Amino acid sequence: MVKDQEFLEKKASYCLGLAKKLGVTESSVIVNNSVSETVNFRNQKLDESNRSDNLGIVITTFIGKKKSSISSSNLLNDNLNILIEKCVETTKNTPEDEFNSLPDKNLLAKELKDLDLYDDTHIENDEKIDYLKKLEASASSNKKIVNTESSFSQNKSNFILANSEGFCDGYKTSSFTSSSVVVAKDHNSMERDYEYSSKCFLKDLDDSEELGKLAADQTIRKLSPKKIGSEKIAIIFDKRIAKGILSSFASAISSSAISRGTSFLKDKINQKIFSGIINVIDKPDILKGLGSRSFDSEGVKTETLNLVEQGVLKNYLIDTYNGKKLNLKSNGRCGGSSNLYFENGNINYQDLLNSNSKTLYITETIGHGSNVVTGDYSVGATGFLVENGEFKYPINEFTIAGNFKDMFQNITLANDLDFRYATNSPTMMIEGMVVAGK
Amino acid sequence: MSNFFDKSDLSRSEAENIVSETLQKCDDGELYLENSKSESILLDDNKIKNSSYNSDLGFGLRAISNEIVAYSHSNEISKSSLEQSSENLKSTLKSAKGTYNHEIPKSNKKYYDNINPIEQKSFNEKIKILNEVNKYLRSKDSNVKQVTANFLGEQKSVEIIRSGGETLSDVRPLIRFNVSVMLEKNGRKETGVYGVGGRQSYESYLKDDNWKSVCDEALRIASVNLESKPAPAGEMKVVLGPGWPAILIHEAVGHGLEGDFNRKKTSAFHNLMGQKVASEGVTIIDDGTIDNRRGSLTIDDEGTPTERTVLIENGILKNFMQDRLNANLMKTKSTGSGRRENYRHIVLPRMRNTMMLSGKQTQDEMIKAVDKGIFAVSFGGGQVDITSGKFVFNCTEAYEIINGKIGSPIKGATLIGDGPSILKEVSMVGNDMMMDPGIGTCGKAGQGVPVGVAQPSILINKMTVGGTKL
Repeated sequence: MVKDQEFLEKKASYCLGLAKKLGVTESSVIVNNSVSETVNFRNQKLDESNRSDNLGIVITTFIGKKKSSISSSNLLNDNLNILIEKCVETTKNTPEDEFNSLPDKNLLAKELKDLDLYDDTHIENDEKIDYLKKLEASASSNKKIVNTESSFSQNKSNFILANSEGFCDGYKTSSFTSSSVVVAKDHNSMERDYEYSSKCFLKDLDDSEELGKLAADQTIRKLSPKKIGSEKIAIIFDKRIAKGILSSFASAISSSAISRGTSFLKDKINQKIFSGIINVIDKPDILKGLGSRSFDSEGVKTETLNLVEQGVLKNYLIDTYNGKKLNLKSNGRCGGSSNLYFENGNINYQDLLNSNSKTLYITETIGHGSNVVTGDYSVGATGFLVENGEFKYPINEFTIAGNFKDMFQNITLANDLDFRYATNSPTMMIEGMVVAGK
Repeated sequence: MSNFFDKSDLSRSEAENIVSETLQKCDDGELYLENSKSESILLDDNKIKNSSYNSDLGFGLRAISNEIVAYSHSNEISKSSLEQSSENLKSTLKSAKGTYNHEIPKSNKKYYDNINPIEQKSFNEKIKILNEVNKYLRSKDSNVKQVTANFLGEQKSVEIIRSGGETLSDVRPLIRFNVSVMLEKNGRKETGVYGVGGRQSYESYLKDDNWKSVCDEALRIASVNLESKPAPAGEMKVVLGPGWPAILIHEAVGHGLEGDFNRKKTSAFHNLMGQKVASEGVTIIDDGTIDNRRGSLTIDDEGTPTERTVLIENGILKNFMQDRLNANLMKTKSTGSGRRENYRHIVLPRMRNTMMLSGKQTQDEMIKAVDKGIFAVSFGGGQVDITSGKFVFNCTEAYEIINGKIGSPIKGATLIGDGPSILKEVSMVGNDMMMDPGIGTCGKAGQGVPVGVAQPSILINKMTVGGTKL
């Protein structure tokens, strides 16, 4: 069982008390516990069971404008005594930084909404096994499938965040995740693809057979890929890839990248950085949302932010330290975005496919090709050639490249947004990207 | 060495009994105990931005029956916690009918010293060097707009208790020193990153103001990139420089030669043992036994002494990298490649220091042999799709080659290729093998482990360069 609030609070207040006794001026502490149980299947047989029980504590101490922190998984008081002493000692020896401080008291979260993030249901391993049996039977029904690896995981977490300004709060969260990675083979090639579902509540999880079938179908259609030539062409990003472009945008507007000057979006506030129909929203209070939170990792209240309105950049994602440096208030985004999404565009998926006589539809990218300093983007890709709105054949071993500054201005979104992840995008088309192939 | 049972209500003999009792009908398994201490000090934006210390303690109990692995881990080294893990494993493997494999090789060789690098240099000295790094770089070039430098130090003590009470242990030091610099000129920004590290004290890397050469290299890369033009797009010849570019070998073939993917037949290499997979003259080894290297290990995380494993010899596929589970199922021996990020994770077969050995040609001959292509000197990260064999990596320093001569620097571009066929496209192997500077971390199944790579200069006949210039 995951540790209760009382245990975590006791540890937190012990640490704050000891730090105060040792002469710190401010301090904060996060104590968390998560227990997860996972069962893995391979080729319709049990492959692995894994139980994980993780305790953790992070303590940050301030002496005036000096700051240091320690973390540990050993929560015995003996060990905490040694570590907090060490932390205070290190704090004394660390040079001052004028922007170091706890969040402003008036920004701390007060009344918490219940965001419905915890499902008390416990699913036994035997039930997980039943689910995985059905999933893998469905995934393996086609002869072309030569390997299946599937997983079912239940995770329960609890945490307390407390600081010397009197903030002390936390809550339980849960997640249930099922996934399937399958390999298909024909005489020309061997390909792999996947599907997964992750939800706060067990009853919302995707049906096992549908998930298995989807994983298999998505893999089989990749068989016998062709190479393509180099050219400038419109690219359509499947939703699961399009969300990555939104994540790069989020990194580029984090207050740390902005204050350090290492973002291509520095000084772009109130400027048009996307095409005029694009809206980007970060909404922390979606019920059961995978990115939902009542406050950020410093205890600052979180409200919905319209990051981009009609193409114009309206807000950064701001934490306390970088906010002070930029002379801006924290907007509760220490730790990044919450439920981040592009609002729907105004054409449907099929019309998007039809909008050019020839496009590339991307289902997977590999490599770490996003540079938020320069905005340069270059990744390896896998997908399909689409002609006149129809999927023609699978393609691979090519790269797609561009610069976010231009790519953002050329985005067209379909109207098929849904909330499968914490960061979500409708299907996305970007015109004028360069493809390098054979 | 850590005494894991010092502050616990669990005695060593009780732990041994629980392990033996849990594993009695299993084929293999162990109790893995780990105590790590790590430190990170970061200078960024003219200030010491972060100083943190982490101490992590925990155990993982593993039982293997045929292909099934049951694992349970916890931070609490206590009787109740270990018993709960034991129950958990037994319920998963209730029908196990195996015989425990007690056989495990022994060796007295050690590849690094039993030191705690964190304690060997005072906090104030480290802060002093970071501040000097900042001052040095900013005074050296007025275009420097951002400097980030950090020290990472770690000491990890591990103990492996096998059924019957056999115990194996290791203490592993690891450090890393990194410098990243951003230049801005005429509105254009570019970064350069360089670092050094391995399983030694900070002093071994930083004596005699050695940190200056790390700064110089980061600055040099950033300056080159400031002058870079858009990279070409399309298929062309590629010359790779020696050392760190060997992450191409790591991604393109290394992962595909790990035992698990081959047992499961999901690697593009699974049916190629004994066959020609590379050009003649190409020999690739994975070596855990090089003194003080980042990827070296005295024993792996199952207690097996590491070794020098020949993967490809003169073009022919010779061996896969194995942990105990996959070796047993493939009727072969562990190569000492069983690794895990920490006690929270199961063991997987992983790379250590992956190296392509030297050949006879010079880098000059390679450049001269290229009419139109690129010369790639350094890379950022890479990634591979094991099944299709397609891999990518990102250039962080590269130049165009025109008519046998090195031309202008080009912007960071992704290179993409096909693992099983790329080594057949190697047409020259240089005589200048070099190790990387000791900064690599390899990710697999959500677990990061420190690794090394090495190679000489090589010429690849064709690869696709993912630039923007058609």
